[in-house]
Amino acid sequence: MKLRPLFPWFVLDIGGTLVKLVYFEPKDITAEEEEEDVDSLKSIRKYLTSNVAYGSTGIRDVHLELKDLTLCGRKGNLHFIRFPTHDMPAFIQMGRDKNFSSLHTVFCATGGGAYKFERDFLTIGDLQLCKLDELDCLIKGILYIDSVGFNGRSQCYYFENPADSEKCQKLPFDLKNPYPLLLVNIGSGVSILAVYSKDNYKRVTGTSLGGGTFFGLCCLLTGCTTFEEALEMASLRDIYGGDYERFGLPGWAVASSFGNMMSKEKREAVSKEDLARATLITITNNIGSIARMCALNENINQVVFVGNFLRINTIAMRLLAYALDYWSKGQLKALFSEHEGYFGAVGALLELLKIP
Amino acid sequence: MAECGAGGGGSSGDSLDKSITLPPDEIFRNLENAKRFAIDIGGSLTKLAYYSTVQHKVAKVRSFDHSGKDAEQDHEPPYEISVQEEITARLHFVKFENTYIEACLDFIKDHLVNTETKVIQATGGGAYKFKDLIEEKLRLKVDKEDVMTCLIKGCNFVLKNIPHEAFMYQKDSDPEFRFQTNHPNIFPYLLVNIGSGVSIVKVETEDRFEWIGGSSIGGGTFWGLGALLTKTKKFDELLHLASKGQHANVDMLVQDIYGGAHQTLGLSGNLIASSFGKSATADKEFSKEDMAKSLLHMISNDIGQLACLYAKLHSLDRVYFGGFFIRGHPVTMRTITYSINFFSKGEVQALFLRHEGYLGAIGAFLKGAEQDNPNQYSWGENYAGSSGLMSASPELCPTQRARSGTFDLLEMDRLERPLVNLPLLLDPSSYVPDTVDLTDDARARKYWLTCFEEALDGVVKRAVASQPESTDAAERAEKFRQKYWSKLQTLRHQPFAYGTLTVRSLLDTREHCLKEFSFPDPYSKVKQKENGIALKYFQGVVRALDSLGWEERQLALVKGLLAGNVFDWGAKAVSDVLESDPQFGFEEAKRKLQERPWLVDSYNKWLQRLKGPPHKCALIFADNSGIDIILGVFPFVRELLFRGTEVILACNSGPALNDVTYSESLIVADRIAAMDPVVHSALQEERLLLVQTGSSSPCLDLSRLDQGLAVLARERGADLVVIEGMGRAVHTNYHAVLRCESLKLAVVKNAWLAERLGGRLFSVIFKYEVPAE
Repeated sequence: MKLRPLFPWFVLDIGGTLVKLVYFEPKDITAEEEEEDVDSLKSIRKYLTSNVAYGSTGIRDVHLELKDLTLCGRKGNLHFIRFPTHDMPAFIQMGRDKNFSSLHTVFCATGGGAYKFERDFLTIGDLQLCKLDELDCLIKGILYIDSVGFNGRSQCYYFENPADSEKCQKLPFDLKNPYPLLLVNIGSGVSILAVYSKDNYKRVTGTSLGGGTFFGLCCLLTGCTTFEEALEMASLRDIYGGDYERFGLPGWAVASSFGNMMSKEKREAVSKEDLARATLITITNNIGSIARMCALNENINQVVFVGNFLRINTIAMRLLAYALDYWSKGQLKALFSEHEGYFGAVGALLELLKIP
Repeated sequence: MAECGAGGGGSSGDSLDKSITLPPDEIFRNLENAKRFAIDIGGSLTKLAYYSTVQHKVAKVRSFDHSGKDAEQDHEPPYEISVQEEITARLHFVKFENTYIEACLDFIKDHLVNTETKVIQATGGGAYKFKDLIEEKLRLKVDKEDVMTCLIKGCNFVLKNIPHEAFMYQKDSDPEFRFQTNHPNIFPYLLVNIGSGVSIVKVETEDRFEWIGGSSIGGGTFWGLGALLTKTKKFDELLHLASKGQHANVDMLVQDIYGGAHQTLGLSGNLIASSFGKSATADKEFSKEDMAKSLLHMISNDIGQLACLYAKLHSLDRVYFGGFFIRGHPVTMRTITYSINFFSKGEVQALFLRHEGYLGAIGAFLKGAEQDNPNQYSWGENYAGSSGLMSASPELCPTQRARSGTFDLLEMDRLERPLVNLPLLLDPSSYVPDTVDLTDDARARKYWLTCFEEALDGVVKRAVASQPESTDAAERAEKFRQKYWSKLQTLRHQPFAYGTLTVRSLLDTREHCLKEFSFPDPYSKVKQKENGIALKYFQGVVRALDSLGWEERQLALVKGLLAGNVFDWGAKAVSDVLESDPQFGFEEAKRKLQERPWLVDSYNKWLQRLKGPPHKCALIFADNSGIDIILGVFPFVRELLFRGTEVILACNSGPALNDVTYSESLIVADRIAAMDPVVHSALQEERLLLVQTGSSSPCLDLSRLDQGLAVLARERGADLVVIEGMGRAVHTNYHAVLRCESLKLAVVKNAWLAERLGGRLFSVIFKYEVPAE
């Protein structure tokens, strides 16, 4: 049997806006182990599993918890936690306070922040980071999570009749033939990957118009302070009222996002909700458009959208589903995955555990 | 010049819109003969197109109607010159701000005398808004045309008819505009029109185009979102803000996410990872400039990326950008070019158009004029009547900025005959007529602009002298001086105004300006006199040549061609001598020539070639009247005919300097035929053919030649092209590569140019080239 790393098993995916933390809580701890475990390890386990919020900004996505998972011969639950990247210094400080460095474990991180915060981890937290490639991790994570499902349910899903509020349905999708796959990861920015097999993929392109743009513009335009708030404003009106031309789908060729705002009168009359909605639709449609073109150029017809932009963002998902279907005349299918933004972190955990 | 609000300060236009008086000789010219109208009303600018006829004075030459001996009298000219009125077709385009529309319509109504037109073609978003106003003012029915069809038609038209229409934008290079030579086949291409939204159109042929995609993130997004973010209302002001901002304060860059490690990872830290990614915070203020800049990058990058994705999907590598987002704004041309280069990794070319703003109006006009078959003709940009490309960058040229905000003009002359490529060009798509690009070469530009400025007095003097009977010649000549002088000043500040600046374009602009003020042919009398003198020497010269041995004769013929070429009123050094000493003779000219070896000297190779089999057919582009054509070219032609080579002698269709025109060449040939049996029988048997070039330029563009000439050259299987003179063989075509043998010869009559070429005044260029096997 392979050597497994010592507990705790947790990894970080440090993005531009959010840090995603995945923690494996072993449920099969023997009394002997319990005896041997150092205090700091117990304290970490207790802290992570008994709370749903950490500090003022850390949140555990309890609904995503994967139960009774077997990893490297150990049974346990997988926890999904996120907090803003700007709180990384506080996190590192906590690591120092809780004496992580005494655990003698490998500390894995992926995402751009693994590089950015490497020095702080070392100098402040006395921790040597093991940096992992974010795209490798992303793909590994997606394939793994899809294979284990979602506590007995399907991980992958799609929307039927996305444009019709009455008939729209979220339905499970069996990703039994995953390749080739276009993977669109919408975080602060957007990366688009073409995946041909587990180890054969390429980054096709990316766009800087991503979740960070939506949230950033919403903050400037409406004064909102959280992503949730921005989305709430964007959803206030029933935008599925039927006619999709209102957000410029079939008419995109002549429509102009924010074009009405060229007029002073209309600028004065516009509500914050309208602005938030317009921002959401603009960014989402644009991502859909670029993804569709990439799918055509790469000759791929299943497109999986992931990333935290899609978290609690049904509007965006339905819009993507509709846009892809409409413009490809049914040739392209938009797929989504329950664990949206956590795949990079999951992939990093698999790397940590050397699970192929 | 009449003073008008429009011509003065454009910025104060708002208060003047109702009361401007437009000078008819400046803005809406030739309205009295206007017959077709089209209008394109955009969000802020109106473009009016009309077709009109222009009456020009032209100098016609005609043989005296007697074959007797009278004509042989010493003081008798060889032919007569009469000035006649000629009517040519011209397309006028005027661009002005929408605030002037009512005043302009009133003006048109008042000046529209005898038009039979009942309809005006209209396109653009504003066509609906102003429909009633137009119908009421002009009493023309508004016929609405599809915006995209008009745009494409206009685009095809300018790409085909206007040399140097398209350009690449290169930031940090001087000049930033890199003009493209006209490609013989413009299709297929991608047109990305960035108006409020973005339309992406694939154009496959003249009549076939397909709307392949678009995006709602366009100029309207920049404007609307920009206005919301910065409280700045005007598009131009937003662009100005953007040009001063630092987007890194608002955008999340790769280095913000990766820290300093991006270098070791081979990532460019300055790449934008998330547009507006840093503005997702409640506790920070962002400057207007920074937000505008970030928005500009976001939108430009997005459009560029989509354009590349579409270009890739359709395997296209040329993308033309237009629409108000682009229109003359270096800021947006720069960001779009950057984006295209980045996303296509250099495989796709972002191209812009000099007359982008006119495409809709041109297209609408063409739609309305379909029964006149405007596409059958070739058209030429009239430099005298066109404003040229104004720089919209206030930093670049503050004075021009004010002007471009008011009235901008484009005039295109319908050419008599269609122009085509010379079939003998090795690679028409890479052919560049001009030898030196003066937009590029600042030293040469300074020299030539000064040279043309200094020569202006002489040109004015000559123009006045050419019309002794006219009472207003001095007045018109003064107007000519002002016009050409102001063109030269514009070109000093904006060398790119009419595409690539070259000696040819400077010469052509001067010809257009002269013509504009009814000096159709200032050299007609000089040419007449010189032709008369030279004809008298012809037989003597031919006798002397015939008495020489073969080898000696070949050199004498070439020297004759070169010596004839010294007589050129276009070059200052020569005109000085000629003006002071009219008796300056042929023999003296020969003595002035540089001794062999010449500056460029492949004469031995030529001589060797002459010892071989005769050429099948020689195509000769002649230069000057008088001694050049009569004592230089004709004896050379005679020798070729003698060898059994057919000769096509090509002369300019219209006058330029003292260059021999086609109609003059016909008379000269007749007169020579009367003296010389070789020329006589060759003309009879059509072994010697006289054709016109289709040009009225002292230079030569082998990609725009009369179709008849091209057909004849192909039919006769021309295997030798002879180009003589500084204008045709040095300023242009020096590097032209042909499929067949070519002979380029000239005497360098400009000390500066001679020095640049490594020689002295009157250095000889004798460049004989044989195509690579």
